[in-house]
Amino acid sequence: MIARILLVAGALALLAVGFSGDRFWLQFMGKAMIGCIFAMSLDLLVGYTGLVSLAHAAFFGLAAYLLAGLSNAAGFVNPLATLPICLAGAAAAALVIGWLSLRAAGVYFIMVTLAFTQMFYYLFNDAPGLGGSDGLYVQERPRFLGLDFSERTTAYFAIWIALVIVYLLLLRMLRAPFGHVLVGIRANEQRMRSLGYPTRRYKLTAFVIAGTLAGLCGYLDATLYGFVNPAQFSWRQSGLVLMTVLLGGKGTLYGPALGALLLTFVEHYGERVTEHWNALIGALVIAVVLFLPRGLAGLLRD
Amino acid sequence: MSFSLFALQVLNGVEQGLLLFLVASGLTLVFGVLGVLNFAHGSFYMLGAYLAYWIAARTGSLLAAVLIGVPVMALLGLVVERLAIARLYKRDHLSQVLLTYGLVLLFNELQRALFGNDVHGVDTPTVLAFRIPLGSAQEWPAYRVFTAVACILVAAAMRQVILRTRFGMRVRAGASNAEMVEALGIDVRKLFSVLFSAGTALAALAGMLAAPLTTVYPGMGEGVLVLSFVVVVIGGIGSIKGAFLGALLVGLSDTFGKVLLPGFSSAVVYAVMAAVLLLRPRGLAG
Repeated sequence: MIARILLVAGALALLAVGFSGDRFWLQFMGKAMIGCIFAMSLDLLVGYTGLVSLAHAAFFGLAAYLLAGLSNAAGFVNPLATLPICLAGAAAAALVIGWLSLRAAGVYFIMVTLAFTQMFYYLFNDAPGLGGSDGLYVQERPRFLGLDFSERTTAYFAIWIALVIVYLLLLRMLRAPFGHVLVGIRANEQRMRSLGYPTRRYKLTAFVIAGTLAGLCGYLDATLYGFVNPAQFSWRQSGLVLMTVLLGGKGTLYGPALGALLLTFVEHYGERVTEHWNALIGALVIAVVLFLPRGLAGLLRD
Repeated sequence: MSFSLFALQVLNGVEQGLLLFLVASGLTLVFGVLGVLNFAHGSFYMLGAYLAYWIAARTGSLLAAVLIGVPVMALLGLVVERLAIARLYKRDHLSQVLLTYGLVLLFNELQRALFGNDVHGVDTPTVLAFRIPLGSAQEWPAYRVFTAVACILVAAAMRQVILRTRFGMRVRAGASNAEMVEALGIDVRKLFSVLFSAGTALAALAGMLAAPLTTVYPGMGEGVLVLSFVVVVIGGIGSIKGAFLGALLVGLSDTFGKVLLPGFSSAVVYAVMAAVLLLRPRGLAG
């Protein structure tokens, strides 16, 4: 009950930021909320299904680039058109990568997902016409019915709505039989299989759902910043979001969202304190693994 | 493509594959025996290359760099194993990935703090600074021949150690059943430390040998790490023979990809990996 009140209060606090009109805070908290969705979608895989995926950045980057491509090459600005296309692109990529990667179990899965992410990184970095390592500007950002998403306030509220919807959607999904099967797979895949569940199909479904949500994050990010670059595909991003999930507490949904908020602040203020703030993040990851394996959510529960 | 150009690319591919084997063999052995997936393995390659640059710039000799640098890196491997990796033996994959990912961030910052962000060239040793003609138009740098031969010698020595020595026997036993080895009264902790340190030294050696060929730059470790993962996936985890085959395959695919499909070269390697996953999901030797 207390947890639920805290969650609602948190969501309302985030909503209130939207009315501030402060350009810095709108972008900063908008980015933090995108991080929340990103981490929660990965938690579906890591925390609930037991799949450690490093491909999450690939779907994020792919949808972001798709939006840039649709806007720059085809002049598509209506989100009713671009959002479904970008999500479908991310879902299709997740289907192919997931299908291939799930052929390999356990530690192979981790390595294969990383390899495919890296492939996207090189492709988008090297391919002609995609802006190379500098990336691309999204020339015309989504707008329709008088709503212009290049306005930070508008983009911020869109992100807030996406966050709430994704949280409720994932919560609903995990409470449904589908979610219980995923948890069963994490606990003992063989037993689930012998009970007659086609476990690989369940894992692939979870992978595609998570990948599509990661694509949503890429779409929102490109809308908020109006800019995409290949670093979004980097394995550093995949590693960071994985770390966010563990920092917040895997398998709790709200934990990873909390972790994402915290990490956004750590990154921001870390950059001010020292130019070697990456070392800070590295030390933080190591400390969390060694001393806080259940994450912040674990602390809250105790 | 003329035949001599083709031959040159084959040689380059094999040489690149052999270097990759030095890195991937350590990765696959550490996973096979210690059960730890080490993301920081690429960092050892990167640190090796930077050490080679730093020592060679002061002594003027790459040989001196190797002779000083390899023991230094072996020692670093020992320290990292005791302080960090040893805490991971009973932990799940997520913890392993994240802790070693944290190490990568730390090593990258160490590199930035010590050597800066510039790209550095390393001179090839003067003895080897000539080219061997191959046909009319192409020639192969002698240093590449030397690198290939050195890698083959190291690989052969590794094979002897693993097949013929008591240590190698324990490594093989550990790869198939580490708990049983422990139950038989062998000090696995020592075995693990030595093996990890040897893997570190091999990766660093590869970085040192590669330094004159690729130059030394930030982020070089990650590229090699991902290629090594591909090698291990292709070859099958824990298998040295598989790593050898996989490394040659990746080296050749990468080299030919760069010649035949510039701009999309990197995709070739991953296409090969995808094909292996489709046909033999446990790897060629798995």
